[in-house]
Amino acid sequence: MSVASPSTAPVRVFSKNPFIAFYQSSIGKKYVVAVTALILILYVLGHLAGNLQIFIGPDRINAYAKLLHDLGPILWVVRIFLLAAFVIHIVATIQLAHENRLAKPQKYAVPGYQRSSTAARTMLVSGVIVFCFVVYHLLQFTFEVTDPRYHQLRDSLGRHDVYRMLILGFRHPLISLFYIVGLFLLTNHLSHGLASVVQTLGINNRKTANFVASGGQTLAWVVFAGYVSIPVTILLGIIK
Amino acid sequence: MNFKLKVWRQKNAVSPGSFKDYDAKDIPSEASFLEMLDIVNESLTGNSEDPIEFDSDCREGICGMCSLVINGIPHGPGKGTTCQVYMRRFTDGDTIWIEPFRAAAFSPIKDLVVDRSAFDRIIQAGGYIVVRTGSAPEANSLPVPKHNADLAMEAAACIGCGACVAACPNSSAMLFVAAKVSHLGLLPQGQAERETRAIHMVREMDELGFGNCRNYYECEAICPAEISATFIARLNRDYAAASAQEALTV
Repeated sequence: MSVASPSTAPVRVFSKNPFIAFYQSSIGKKYVVAVTALILILYVLGHLAGNLQIFIGPDRINAYAKLLHDLGPILWVVRIFLLAAFVIHIVATIQLAHENRLAKPQKYAVPGYQRSSTAARTMLVSGVIVFCFVVYHLLQFTFEVTDPRYHQLRDSLGRHDVYRMLILGFRHPLISLFYIVGLFLLTNHLSHGLASVVQTLGINNRKTANFVASGGQTLAWVVFAGYVSIPVTILLGIIK
Repeated sequence: MNFKLKVWRQKNAVSPGSFKDYDAKDIPSEASFLEMLDIVNESLTGNSEDPIEFDSDCREGICGMCSLVINGIPHGPGKGTTCQVYMRRFTDGDTIWIEPFRAAAFSPIKDLVVDRSAFDRIIQAGGYIVVRTGSAPEANSLPVPKHNADLAMEAAACIGCGACVAACPNSSAMLFVAAKVSHLGLLPQGQAERETRAIHMVREMDELGFGNCRNYYECEAICPAEISATFIARLNRDYAAASAQEALTV
């Protein structure tokens, strides 16, 4: 089959530097996406554990918020580290998506998907919406620009009253709904992403494959249930 | 049985292609899909029309030469190659869409025939072992653990048909490369070049314009040799280890 035919494939050339060459390769870039994803997943789990303290009471979550703020420069190191992971995750994914588009210039007339889940095929869309959600979330509860009252909230010990801030925020049904939709898409992203991290990092094998796939989905829905419990209980007036 | 066919016709690599309608009439239900196309081609040549070009060779499900995407599924419905699809799988009067394997790295040649020599170039980049030829060595002098022998055999079942690339929404060749890297990497004979093989084959794959794996597992679902996608995880760790070694070796 040695017919000289022009390939529409883009040409990739590898650097002599092994680190750059690793990133230039498909597996290398995916490794970077997986490692940054792992960092972000650990953050999502840690953040959830922190937030669930709202159910213990105002004193607990306000003390937790003060503890984090009192970390000072360490808090900023962690924030910059997370931001870097977030940016690298997005940049590498955009590069991969661009290469993928070039690799499949023409789709089939009849889509014949056999195995792939909708969550897997909508990773880019869910990723973009999660990005918008994270931006709004930071503007609301970290930079506190969506409601001027948030700045002034103080509890009896003079600490920033995070508990009240959450209740004020989530009492609005539209804001809560937006959070639930954002979290649903994050769950979709994670339900494919969690197992993908394991596969891409190469720690999967045939004994673990099924467990990894179902475990990833279960964990994603546990994250959903955990996060959504906060706006839902506030909306229902269980937490006041 | 009678079918309405929508077949991709393309004169050559540079001219644009399109679907053309054909009627497949009086097809025996025991005919294979390729035999059905042979019958349609008979009538086309009888009418002095260009027959539909498609690839096939052994027609026994072994060689990996036949391709075709039938109703969006590489090799058509069910496990196995296109030549093992029989018309009894379809319902009388069905409309069947027939397309070539689509990927930037598989350039079209004519109609349903694409150039899959990119796979040969990936093999040339490292899918072999360098050994002195001569008489076969004593088999028992090179022990292979049973588990590794079984896995290597499973990976070696890949017939290199390219359906994994065709099925992948990103035209990734990871399942093919994973099978080839693993079947040698699991055996003692393949150890000397294990790292360079992983690096060279993956980079050749990338240079040829195959896409990136996004863990859809469409490849695993349609692979006629039933290669497991867990070989891709093995390739990922082999490639990462080889890259680390490359970076650390002076």
